[in-house]
Amino acid sequence: MNKSLAAVPEVIRISEPVIVEATARRRAQHRREQVIESGLFLAALMSVAATAAILAVLLWESLGFFKAVSLTDFLTDTLWTPLFDDARYGILPLLAGTVVTSLIGLLVAIPVGTVSAIYLSEFASSRLRELIKPALELLGAVPTVVYGYFALLVVTPTLQKLWPDLPGFNMLSPGIVIGIMILPLVISLSEDAMRAVPMVLREGSYATGATRLQTAWRVVVPAATSGLVAAYVLGVSRAVGETMVVAIAAGQNPNLTWNPMEPAATITAYIVQVALGDLPHGSIGYQSIFAAGLVLAVTTFAFNMFGHAMRKRFREVY
Amino acid sequence: MDVMELPRLESPEDRVWPKLLKAETRALSFSYGHRLALKNLSVPVEEYKITALIGPSGCGKSTFLRCFNRMHDLYPETRYQGEILLYPDNRNILARDVDPIEVRMRLAMVFQKPNPFPKSVYENVAYGLKVRGVTDRRILDEKVEQALRSAALWKEVKDRLSGLATSLSGGQQQRVCIARALATDPELLLLDEPTSALDPIATANIEELLLDLKQRVTILIVTHNMQQAARVSDWTAFMYLGELVEFGLTKQLFTNPSKKQTEDYITGRFG
Repeated sequence: MNKSLAAVPEVIRISEPVIVEATARRRAQHRREQVIESGLFLAALMSVAATAAILAVLLWESLGFFKAVSLTDFLTDTLWTPLFDDARYGILPLLAGTVVTSLIGLLVAIPVGTVSAIYLSEFASSRLRELIKPALELLGAVPTVVYGYFALLVVTPTLQKLWPDLPGFNMLSPGIVIGIMILPLVISLSEDAMRAVPMVLREGSYATGATRLQTAWRVVVPAATSGLVAAYVLGVSRAVGETMVVAIAAGQNPNLTWNPMEPAATITAYIVQVALGDLPHGSIGYQSIFAAGLVLAVTTFAFNMFGHAMRKRFREVY
Repeated sequence: MDVMELPRLESPEDRVWPKLLKAETRALSFSYGHRLALKNLSVPVEEYKITALIGPSGCGKSTFLRCFNRMHDLYPETRYQGEILLYPDNRNILARDVDPIEVRMRLAMVFQKPNPFPKSVYENVAYGLKVRGVTDRRILDEKVEQALRSAALWKEVKDRLSGLATSLSGGQQQRVCIARALATDPELLLLDEPTSALDPIATANIEELLLDLKQRVTILIVTHNMQQAARVSDWTAFMYLGELVEFGLTKQLFTNPSKKQTEDYITGRFG
């Protein structure tokens, strides 16, 4: 035993210059990494800063608007006539237009999207799925202005065959087209949510003697609730913010109505209209688009908050 | 376990075989794509007894178990050969004209990891019945209570039947899964390492439960835990590399294995 202890070589001392050099290298490395880290931080900060800047501009310009128009008038007046001599600034007509077109869009996108996603996730063969998913993404890549003319020149005339009284500009047709437009998003996100449901849950269902349909409907869909709600909420955000389709096919006439068979303007359509240059820069009318934009931002924000709340509530532990 | 200390009483020729069968595989082979996972297995499953499948990881014991309820049908490129007969009707459940759902209605399965559905305890247990179209609330209530009592869970959850099953403890979740399996009065209960995700106390509870259950249902259990097989089962099949090495009475197999490989495995020399 003593022999083997003696055989242990003496500790080799590292010479001082080697240590100095090594620590210097490490310091240089540390400095380099600090630079990179701050670069990464700045990149991450950009998106937050952009959001904050947009909100600040919206708030600032709206402030000018609300000096001239009281908040009560803005929220309760039923007329929106910024171009008239007797200008009235009630957001309700625009809001109604947005709500009606978005609701119609959701009435199309949620059922069709959910059912399609169930089919793709639970029934389709993998080969078929690989065929359909890219096709859906293609649908998502169509420019919205094309959807707008599709609504105006194809959907509206078709609907007019069913209801001859339907005006050329109406909310029903762009609503349906918005639904078709957000369909790829809703399908894709819903399908992801359902595919994320662990296979052991499906196996548990099949093992009790359940059919595919029962498994999909009673186990997979409830287990994917959080993801489905998130998909719908993102769909809502897209629908509310959609501009071209409604600007082209719904008419640009602010009109307080809940009837989808009538023409109306949405918040986004109004912003487009004004941005095209009918109103002088700095006028109240011009500032009104910022107030309208603020309402839009608040609405989408509220939807997102709602979505997250739902997500938390339905979050399942697998 | 000190099996080597025990005297060798019987010679392999004295080995007994089950008499009243609930099921039986005959020359069962199974492949995933081109990989042959099970080779020519013939294993009997005696009625109202517990049959354990043991063997090292990857020997195909879970694959074997999952043949019984045609679970492999859910995945592409899987192929069965041979027969699995279910008694008393002598039906080969691997036959082409047999609907796998019909098979799964007669059998029930409990999985390795507790997999309760993200629903209430009640809905979990009632699931199999609802899938079969039972809507009568009275029957459902009664069956759910019965199943939960059989799974030794009734006392713990009777006041929170509407609570989410996924928020129970691991051992309770697994017992919800057992209750879910029992609620439909299965003829054969398949257990795939049901205690592998559980702590020793929960494991002991479930083992005790299995001994109770065998009065009413035939059990086929896969376990990686030899002590568990020795404690609960009547019959044991030892598998290695997709093949059946030895089948026999648990007592015999553990004390007096007829094959060298079995002996090496149960004494911990490999596996």
